[in-house]
Amino acid sequence: MANALDPHAAIATTASGAPDRGSLTAADGKPLARALARSQQRARRRAFLLVLPLLAFILITFVIPIGQMLQRSFYNDGFSANMPQISAWFAENPRGTEPDEAAWAALAADLSASAEERSIGVVGTRINYDVPGTRSLFTSTGRQVRRGIEPPYREALVEIDEDWASPRLWSAMRNAATPLTGNFYLAAVDRTRADDGSIRQVEERQQVYVMLFMRTFWLSLLITALTFVLGFPIAHLLATLPMRKSNLLMILVLLPFWTSLLVRTTSWMVLLQQQGVINDILVWMGAIGSDGRLQMIYNQTGTIIAMTHILLPFMILPLYSVMRTINPSYVRAARSLGATSWTAFRRIYFPQTLPGLGAGALLVFILAVGYYITPALVGGSSGQLISNMIAMHMTDTLNWSMAAALAALLLGSVLILYWLYDRLVGIDNLKLG
Amino acid sequence: MLDNRSGDAFVAFEHVQKSYDGQTLVVKDLNLSIGKGEFLTMLGPSGSGKTTCLMMLAGFETATHGEIRLDGQPINQVPPHKRGIGMVFQNYALFPHMTVGENLSFPLEVRGMDKAERETRIARALDMVQMGAFAHRRPAQLSGGQQQRIALARALVFDPKLVLMDEPLGALDKQLREHMQFEIKHLHERLGITVVYVTHDQGEALTMSDRIAVFNDGRIQQLAPPAQLYEQPENSFVAGFIGENNALPGTIEKLEGDKTLVRLANGELIDATAVNIRETGQRTTVSIRPERVEFKPDLMPPGAHTVEAVVNDVVYMGDILRARLSVAGSEEFVMKYRNTIGQTRLVPGQSLRIGWHPEDARALDPV
Repeated sequence: MANALDPHAAIATTASGAPDRGSLTAADGKPLARALARSQQRARRRAFLLVLPLLAFILITFVIPIGQMLQRSFYNDGFSANMPQISAWFAENPRGTEPDEAAWAALAADLSASAEERSIGVVGTRINYDVPGTRSLFTSTGRQVRRGIEPPYREALVEIDEDWASPRLWSAMRNAATPLTGNFYLAAVDRTRADDGSIRQVEERQQVYVMLFMRTFWLSLLITALTFVLGFPIAHLLATLPMRKSNLLMILVLLPFWTSLLVRTTSWMVLLQQQGVINDILVWMGAIGSDGRLQMIYNQTGTIIAMTHILLPFMILPLYSVMRTINPSYVRAARSLGATSWTAFRRIYFPQTLPGLGAGALLVFILAVGYYITPALVGGSSGQLISNMIAMHMTDTLNWSMAAALAALLLGSVLILYWLYDRLVGIDNLKLG
Repeated sequence: MLDNRSGDAFVAFEHVQKSYDGQTLVVKDLNLSIGKGEFLTMLGPSGSGKTTCLMMLAGFETATHGEIRLDGQPINQVPPHKRGIGMVFQNYALFPHMTVGENLSFPLEVRGMDKAERETRIARALDMVQMGAFAHRRPAQLSGGQQQRIALARALVFDPKLVLMDEPLGALDKQLREHMQFEIKHLHERLGITVVYVTHDQGEALTMSDRIAVFNDGRIQQLAPPAQLYEQPENSFVAGFIGENNALPGTIEKLEGDKTLVRLANGELIDATAVNIRETGQRTTVSIRPERVEFKPDLMPPGAHTVEAVVNDVVYMGDILRARLSVAGSEEFVMKYRNTIGQTRLVPGQSLRIGWHPEDARALDPV
């Protein structure tokens, strides 16, 4: 009975039930399946040619740069390529081996060659990631070694700078001796490799990344929740008001989209700062004293307020597009069946808005997790997010491998959340507009 | 036209008016009383105010003026969920995120009914519409007719005394619609519930209703049982809206009680029954049903006036023949006659004299 009612089942039955299905031929005697494939091939090829420019564009401007950037997070040959002899010595001798004269000789030869090729700066930068302040050690030693160095090399190098005897430096060089490394990921979760090769937490005052990741996810969740609370009633109004009024309201919702992000953020500064409009009004009303002006910007509060405002349309629009399709007769039916307006909302209306809510929440959350400019402008120190740290590594410390590792972790965790979302809610239930 | 027993009526509208914009009235002074167990249909073209009346009764629209009573109690201020009225919507309004069983369970849950009681009632309601095996399906997995049955079961599952139906069969194909008409009528008789049914399909109204209220322009034009509505329309709108109708314009020549003599546009005289005619010399429209027109002299009543007619064309319709005639300046006068053995075959161009019983020709207001 159930199968008879299901048209797909019926089709499947007739198709598999046909005894001579494989031997059907076209009018020219060739197999029908091949004729069908050939007839569709040209259309398929033409369709592919149409999307080819876009595909190439995405590949060149998106996939390749991102892939290259991500590669830096686990592959850095700044040391190994320019210091081949000492890298070879590290490969031959296990961790814990005291550097012998052969090692010092290899180091001196590499330093000399690298200084000759003017790649000593790259080498120093790579070690500098792990042991801050060592870039100048490499460059200055390189200059002196180039002028000539006599064995025994250990004494000669330590005489140039006694830091060369530091086990920490040798550990860092060993780590950098292979281009493939997980050290940037370790650093991105506040871990480091000890001199003996074991993994341990970095000192407490240097632990920033895990805290920043947590803050980023927590603030993004909070902002998503806030946009939902603020956006749901507006989306409902948009969907139910008469056309003229809802169009006007829609313009107000979209207005922030058409204004520059910087203008919007700056106007929040005007409103929220200690000598700003809101504080002035509160003081004028007597709600707070003149000396008790609220600190609402250049901290987490500022980040939350400004980002909620900027991301609000991304919640409203998917909600609105779903709500508009919900026939008002559903709520009417619920009411006529005896439900109070609250029950009708909770059990009939709200569940039907879930696809829009899911899409909006996912959009807002993913955008918030990667948000950079607003926290940078209004976040102060307590409102900085992980993306600000990535930007810092990109532009200030020039540790692109670190930036790539942080970005990869961010990307990975968003993908995990997306997967979780798919498991719990189902991506099919998503409606972006 | 209206019976004034609204004191003991089950549903009563008294001087109800409705305006949406404060400038025009959508419903103008509605007075209507519906008896217990009655099947009343509100019939009319779109925009006639019939759906607005239904929505006011359900509680989704408020009356601008006047009183609506249910079982003797004024319900103007009662919110919809406390009225206890079952309703079937035009698009069925089955909750898409719930199974059929959950849809039926919903009205029982909000009434705080326990699980065992709910299950027996749901099973009973589904059996009633022959959908017992479908409790775990989603509405989207059902055909239109099946959804219609579920909507009906959901409106009935909590035993409402009054059920409202807003063009419930509008989306079904003709055959299924006729089948569902019969089923709804059958359920109504079996359960003894009161039904208020809104439709713009006159065939549906005629086959199902105890009484039909014909709406136009915010007013009830006529409230009568189907046969009376068809055979004795009280004004030109009703005559034209229900069934096929010939309308001949003319003036009243003589008026004697309800008997009248009408002079048609070409000067010919015909006998008619005066309906809403007050004096001689008044302009009128005479309404005659096509199947009541006779062209054989022996079937015409003695002494009745006949008029000259010319056949324009004849359409063969199987059980009947439909002739289009030129009568008194009208090219579209229709006559239907049965396709019996030995029936006269009319040919285009043929002249004949046609006539009718005076009580079948109703002199109504001019169109």
